[in-house]
Amino acid sequence: MTVINGKQTPEAAGKKLTQYLEENGYDAARIAVECDGEILPKKMYEKKIIGEDETIEIVSFVGGG
Amino acid sequence: MYYADIYNMEEIFYTLDERHTETVRRKLWEARVGIGGIGGLGSHTAVALARCGVGHIHIVDDDTVELSNINRQAYFLRHVGRKKTEALAELIAEINPYIEVKADCVRVTEENISRLFAEDEIICEAFDDAENKAVFVNEVLTSLPDAVVISGSGMAGFSDTNLIRTRRAGSRLYICGDEKNGLETGQKLMAPRVMACASHQANMAVRLILERKTAAEKTEM
Repeated sequence: MTVINGKQTPEAAGKKLTQYLEENGYDAARIAVECDGEILPKKMYEKKIIGEDETIEIVSFVGGG
Repeated sequence: MYYADIYNMEEIFYTLDERHTETVRRKLWEARVGIGGIGGLGSHTAVALARCGVGHIHIVDDDTVELSNINRQAYFLRHVGRKKTEALAELIAEINPYIEVKADCVRVTEENISRLFAEDEIICEAFDDAENKAVFVNEVLTSLPDAVVISGSGMAGFSDTNLIRTRRAGSRLYICGDEKNGLETGQKLMAPRVMACASHQANMAVRLILERKTAAEKTEM
């Protein structure tokens, strides 16, 4: 089962990551993506297809420090 | 260094041993923490780590202390106009003059991150801008395979400080903050929530230092 940010998201499996990010309103310049606990380098976003049993964490950063 | 003439290292170690135990003091004294950005989050994180007795603190920022920083950053009016690296090194020395401070007065860019932070095993992300935070976290995790990042995200305004927490977001990534209340919401940065978030970052660094296994402990297992 595909899990994204802690939620079971079977409909995302097989989708391009860039498509998922766009559909869900993520700003690619403000995120970090972890696949099964490991960072997905930015340059891999275009090629990345979301896997069926993958656990994905999309961290969206907000400003202030 | 003025305070080093008054208090010798043994005295300071003795008081830390009494309060933290000798084992804890030794582990923290040998540790090294890097901090990218020393505004509100980074300056308070560094002060907390210095009080704990972390022996090697690496601070990176090219900013100058401004009057507008004083509402939330660890600096004092006497620091206005001085480089933040210099002002923070002074504050750390006033807490513990024997801490080794490596101060890089350099603008952090995607290109220089892997070189600047190559020697830091634990790195706190403490920038202001959301895009800079993302660039920093992505670059550290991609180019420095042994580094752990503790990032601050979501501490603007004056809503409930209980919303600020630490969560593990990856094998080498921790996020401190509420992840919602950013500058984008129009809220401003104020000392209490900024300090709460910085304390989460400092405490996560302390936990990682004290809970990790030494090489000797690993071979015993």
